[in-house]
Amino acid sequence: MASDNQSPELFGQTPWQTVGPFFHYGLPWKGGADLTGASDLGARPDLMPPEHYLLREAGARGTIAGQQIEIVGQVFDADGAPVPDAMIEIWQANAAGRYNSPNDARDELALDADFQGFGRSSTDDEGAFRFRTILPGRAPGPGNTLQAPHIAVGVFGRGLIKRLVTRIYFEGDNANDEDPILALVPQERRATLMARKAATAPLSYRFDIHLQGEHETVFFDC
Amino acid sequence: MTDSIGYAREDAGQPPSLVAAYGSTVARSPRQKLVRIPQTLTETTGPAAWEALMGPAMADLTKQHAGEPSGQRIIVAGRVLDEDHRPVPNTVIEIWQANAAGRYIHRKDQWDAPLDPNFTGAGRVVSDAQGRYRYTTVRPGAYPWKNHHNAWRPGHIHLSLLGPAFATRLVTQMYFPDDPLILIDPIAAAVPEPYRRRLVSRFDLGVTQPNWALGYVFDIVLRGRDATPTGV
Repeated sequence: MASDNQSPELFGQTPWQTVGPFFHYGLPWKGGADLTGASDLGARPDLMPPEHYLLREAGARGTIAGQQIEIVGQVFDADGAPVPDAMIEIWQANAAGRYNSPNDARDELALDADFQGFGRSSTDDEGAFRFRTILPGRAPGPGNTLQAPHIAVGVFGRGLIKRLVTRIYFEGDNANDEDPILALVPQERRATLMARKAATAPLSYRFDIHLQGEHETVFFDC
Repeated sequence: MTDSIGYAREDAGQPPSLVAAYGSTVARSPRQKLVRIPQTLTETTGPAAWEALMGPAMADLTKQHAGEPSGQRIIVAGRVLDEDHRPVPNTVIEIWQANAAGRYIHRKDQWDAPLDPNFTGAGRVVSDAQGRYRYTTVRPGAYPWKNHHNAWRPGHIHLSLLGPAFATRLVTQMYFPDDPLILIDPIAAAVPEPYRRRLVSRFDLGVTQPNWALGYVFDIVLRGRDATPTGV
């Protein structure tokens, strides 16, 4: 008997598979890492002939409320070697703490029509990624808690069978002390989730991701 | 208050991050236990305006250049569903694949098979109100890789879905039912049996178009709604 994707007895979640090393012409679109305005940020046109760079139509962007920031970092493997074929996705609230999603029904909070809150960046040959975005506001947590400003992060790449999920918090923000998710992370590992201020003009943060090893980043089951 | 929507967690068919037979997972998978957290609004929301975000749909991968690509023309169709059989409408499905000879247009793919100037292998479709999707392409060829001696990847199409929330994200690979390489592929084998077969499409004469293209059906199942509240 055929036993495949269409077999009722096998119905259930489609399993994850790696993005492999050759996703650059299929996933990271032009400007995907610039959540505030159109640019080439996030794409790797150097990895394909120009006539095959089909994802070069960046969406139009307007003015976004909030403090503009850059987040730069590198992805490292167990040996501390940079990972040049990874891809990072981010998802965040706007400056008012509102998610641009039908699942966030809090209409009393302002939406920015031009701010989707979602971005995608390939890493470069040094394993580095770079996002331009705005500092997110605070969103509610479980019960009556309020989360500290944070950005959800997905890590993909060759050798990653499925996405790894982590979060970017901002070092020095007093709200971190009362964040209900950080409270679930052992104190000694929380530093791996903190973006550190690297420059003030433009305001820029550093957030490295260690897939394994002494400084392994905290990854979440969510 | 805001804890109304939650999504199911991984089921038993999801692969682990560390699969020794797929060599590059060894130095790239975490060793610490994942920290389990409740789903907050961060995890239960996700982008929906995919066109404003990424650009327009591209559903026919055989019509992106001056001529027709080489290879077996195929149509892949199916539905995007959640675990409760509910359709997932208006969700974007991103596609990328090798050409009919098994070669990617990617500059780092250096194996000795011909490139096809008429085939990029990237597309993007969106599910309709019933969760249905369809795209036209050519069947991707198998190709060798350096994971182990005489290693060959089965022909596959990469698929990427956002779904309604950060928690429903999925990237997978679709395989073909008549491909003997699936059985000896460490990446497919990262998924335990029998769930591995959820990655294998079915040939379908109904989707097949006479004198035009073979049809394959592949339903994509995202995490369902969680019955229990997502709060503490």
